[in-house]
Amino acid sequence: MSLDIWMRENPLTYIWLGSYAVAFLIFAIEVAMVRHKRKITLQQVRLLRNVGDDE
Amino acid sequence: MAINWFKYSAPTTFYGLAGKLIPWFATSSVILAAIALYIGFYVAPTDAIQGEFYRIIFIHVPASILSMFLYLIMAGYAALGLIFKTRLSSMMATAIAPTGALFAFISLWTGALWGKPMWGAWWMWDARLTSELILLFLYLGFIALHASIDDPRRADRAAALLAIVGSVNVPIIYFSVKWWNTLHQGSTIKFSGTSMHVAMQQAMFTMLVACWLYAIAVALMRVRSIILERERNTTWISELPEVKL
Repeated sequence: MSLDIWMRENPLTYIWLGSYAVAFLIFAIEVAMVRHKRKITLQQVRLLRNVGDDE
Repeated sequence: MAINWFKYSAPTTFYGLAGKLIPWFATSSVILAAIALYIGFYVAPTDAIQGEFYRIIFIHVPASILSMFLYLIMAGYAALGLIFKTRLSSMMATAIAPTGALFAFISLWTGALWGKPMWGAWWMWDARLTSELILLFLYLGFIALHASIDDPRRADRAAALLAIVGSVNVPIIYFSVKWWNTLHQGSTIKFSGTSMHVAMQQAMFTMLVACWLYAIAVALMRVRSIILERERNTTWISELPEVKL
């Protein structure tokens, strides 16, 4: 009930925090995860290459 | 001079091309999102009925459109991979799925946030909402099925079948507001015109383009990692400058 009153008194804060901030946070986490995945994959590929060179 | 587009269907050439395109798509996406937010919050007027709450549509509508289109593109790539056995197609389908799932989640989340002040409920078992939820589950099913099979080729084939069958859900989402008596409103923008204020349209379409560019940039980033992973035993991968470091 208190949330109902708060959202009607602060609609722009509700919209910003509830939808836009959440959406942009999701995008930021996705980009960070993709970059991390690439870093890990590159490390694995380099490791594989070094093992191949040693043999 | 004619460009041989088919050469970009090979992971060897596409890897480099994707690397060059990512910064352009990412930068344009950020700039356009900033413009869309400025128009949406400072230029577009307050709605006579919904008040300020309608401003959720500037992220809700693009996220919903993207969730549906990305599914069709993913299913298209999966079908190409299944029929023609093209390696890159299956890789692209795998790369698009998580981004599509996130857009479906954002669509449902922002829809719930709009529903609470407008309908008095976060969720209703409405045809549009339920079919969009099924779309999210289809994305998650595709990702889970692909991850559960060790052999990438077999995983591609199994997940492709799910993607193709699931694509039936996309027209159901789109036409749900016409086929059933739903609480969710019908299309505001039609081929015959719209009653929306110009600034509202500008904000929504600018954000839509920004979301498209973001989705392409992230999918390209992800597909580069997938190419690296799957082609790691090949000579061209070991000769890449980033691998030689």
